[in-house]
Amino acid sequence: MSGAGSVFLAQFRREALASLRSLQEAVNPLVFLFLAITLFALGVGVEAEVLGRMAPGIIWVLVLLANLLALDGLFRRDYDDGTLEQMLLLGRPPFLAVLAKVAVQWCLTGLAMTLLAPVAALLLFLPPRALGTTMLTLLVGSPALTLLGAVGAALTVGLRRGGVLLALLVLPLAVPTLIFGAGAVTLAMSGIDASAQIYWLMAISMLSLTMAPFAIQAALHISLEQS
Amino acid sequence: MTLKELWHRLGSPRWFYRIGGPLGAVLGGLALVLLTVGTVWGLAFAPPDYQQGNSFRIIYVHVPTAIVAQSAYLLMGVAGVVLLVWRMKLADMVLAATVPFGLTMTALALFTGAVWGKPTWGAWWVWDARTTSMLVLLFLYVGLFALRQAIPRAETAGRACAVLAVVGVINIPIIKYSVDWWLTLHQGATFKLTEPPSMPPEMWLPLLLNVLGIYCFFGANLVSRLRLEILERERGTQWVRDLVTGRSQREAAA
Amino acid sequence: MSFSSLDAFFAMGGHGLYVWLSYGAAVIIFAYNVLSVRRRRQKFFRDAGDLERRRAAAVEATGESHRS
Repeated sequence: MSGAGSVFLAQFRREALASLRSLQEAVNPLVFLFLAITLFALGVGVEAEVLGRMAPGIIWVLVLLANLLALDGLFRRDYDDGTLEQMLLLGRPPFLAVLAKVAVQWCLTGLAMTLLAPVAALLLFLPPRALGTTMLTLLVGSPALTLLGAVGAALTVGLRRGGVLLALLVLPLAVPTLIFGAGAVTLAMSGIDASAQIYWLMAISMLSLTMAPFAIQAALHISLEQS
Repeated sequence: MTLKELWHRLGSPRWFYRIGGPLGAVLGGLALVLLTVGTVWGLAFAPPDYQQGNSFRIIYVHVPTAIVAQSAYLLMGVAGVVLLVWRMKLADMVLAATVPFGLTMTALALFTGAVWGKPTWGAWWVWDARTTSMLVLLFLYVGLFALRQAIPRAETAGRACAVLAVVGVINIPIIKYSVDWWLTLHQGATFKLTEPPSMPPEMWLPLLLNVLGIYCFFGANLVSRLRLEILERERGTQWVRDLVTGRSQREAAA
Repeated sequence: MSFSSLDAFFAMGGHGLYVWLSYGAAVIIFAYNVLSVRRRRQKFFRDAGDLERRRAAAVEATGESHRS
């Protein structure tokens, strides 16, 4: 394995360890997800017919929002203690370090939510035959959410009250992912093949993976400039 | 002047300020003529639509504003790339100057779309593919606006907006496509607004004039905003100070 | 001319409210875009002119004090 791979792995390990130490913080978005699902059931009512029909949209919108909540803190701690500056000034390509950070973030949000999707589906009376598609769309769609969100987080990291601004910047960009994700599950619920939408999600995630790290890196440089 | 010379000159705010005066006047004059002729023609002389009657005349304000609002975002993406790669001052000013124009035009396109929707679809708001895309565009503009307001240092704010504008421009075609698909999923064929190609010439010619006119208006407005940005950013330099004293002396003499 | 009278033109075949609402909004937005820039420009020249005058006065004052 080349030097690039080892940089990525070292950074990944460091980030993963740091997040494991503050596990509570990492779990909060997942708790939010289920809390919000409960609120939906309480607000909309528990008729299986109604809730089941809304389930694809509810799951995808809440995953989107939970991701957003988690993203606010993505670079904050490293920014405050100066780690971020070190990371960018180091001779190695910051591209990989950024990517590793985002990868850990995705494991804690996108991947975790994919694994918890069956529970969410159960609570929302999602028809069982759509469960596989739900998990697949979350798996291939959530990387785009994390990557695009990380661009917004990098742009707002230096600002005192970045939370609402982050939502304003990121949510419009997440529209296609939401549409294809929720749309694919809706199709699967009525037994229609949704592979085209899943390919779209993959394409969006791949595009984000190739472009977003550069945008994140540029945004971090810009944010550090002003401190 | 070769292209390369022009490129270098664009880096000079003073040069742009000087040529901006006549350039803005020409564009503004063209805009006034084109928009007046196009609007009067469209409002009073074009025949009414056989289905929608006279409410279709809203097209002469709705379509041009929608087109120019999207072009303005595209321009910001280009300016963003130029700013990030070459650090050209003028590109930063273009970014700053285009946001308020694009934001107001998007809002106008949405408003006229809603007003058009009432007699056509019977509802002020319909989740039609184009209106939905425009709504997302409005949010993209608001995001750029808010980001610039939130960052205190002007230079930092400009470059942060550049990153956001570039990411947004890459996303716009995907957003458009996804919204189109979403509509086929959630509702059947909607009643289509009159499409330009199916119109007779006396209906689409005024539209063409108004589209050209609004581009000229955009150009003139952009130039005047850029000249103002240049003055404000270069206010300490000798040439701006000379300009200011010259102007106040002329005012005193008058 | 597609209308028989001025009243018919304003009525727009019953759609007058919608048509004139759209064009009215357009006029407001266009005017805002033009006038906001003009106002800021006038304000800039007023403020900068004041500053230059005060500067010139200050230079004059210090010049006189040097002479005395």
